[in-house]
Amino acid sequence: MNFRKLLQMRKIPATALMLLFASQLFAQGQEPAVTDSLYASGKIYVVVVCVLLILLGLLFFLFSIDRRLKKIEKNS
Amino acid sequence: MMYKTWWKILAAVLVVYATVWGFLSSAPELPIIRESIRNLYFHVPMWFGMIVLFSISVFYSVKYLGSNNPDHDLRAVECINVGVVFGMLGIITGAIWARFTWGQAWSFDVKQNFAAIALLLYFAYLVLRNAIDEEQKRAKISAIYNIFAFPIMVVLLFVLPRLSDSLHPGNGGNPGFNAYDLDSRMRMVFYPACIGWILIGYWIFTLKYRVRILEKNNL
Repeated sequence: MNFRKLLQMRKIPATALMLLFASQLFAQGQEPAVTDSLYASGKIYVVVVCVLLILLGLLFFLFSIDRRLKKIEKNS
Repeated sequence: MMYKTWWKILAAVLVVYATVWGFLSSAPELPIIRESIRNLYFHVPMWFGMIVLFSISVFYSVKYLGSNNPDHDLRAVECINVGVVFGMLGIITGAIWARFTWGQAWSFDVKQNFAAIALLLYFAYLVLRNAIDEEQKRAKISAIYNIFAFPIMVVLLFVLPRLSDSLHPGNGGNPGFNAYDLDSRMRMVFYPACIGWILIGYWIFTLKYRVRILEKNNL
């Protein structure tokens, strides 16, 4: 069964799906604050996510060292 | 305090908050410095962290002279070890920031020069320690050195740069960020960043100290 037949069989879900995409397009138009902001257009979020990942990794590292130290302290 | 978890989580939350909002919050639009004004949230907390760690170190050095407890000496030296790393991060981030706002990474600005001398003062502390073999003597001499080094560091960082012209805010003819640049939007990020990084510095110190104690007990 190909994709088109699948869509024809499930007309209501297919319509709902399309509406979902369409509503997103409208939403973009309704929120100029987001699209106009420097950060959305400049892709600064990509940098934020990367820096955040590194920071979370380092913090996790600190917590794990702390946990292991606690274990050793208990044993000695 | 050292073994509690709540302040470690607080430190992590504050640092993550300050990092994310350091990029995303709005900041004053000023010429030359432009978006690099956000470095305030990362460069300055390094120095605050260093100063707090050095202060804790002096506290334990004074305590050592009264108690002769070698653990107090261990705390003092581990504070310096972590503080020196924070200071080096501060001076390097300062140089990078200066490269793009003052024109040169190292323009022999008084603030930069004296910050470098302050760091050398603490490198000397670490070298001095390694030069003395006898443990009690090492602890006592380095505690006294540390107590004298601290006020000199404060003078180098906060008094002398104010007496001559400097490009660094808060010195010479330059008003500090507090005067007008640091508005309430920036304070909302800057203060949590400072508290967070100070706590992270203290946390790393406690980890290093605990390792030293384990080494001492097991070897």
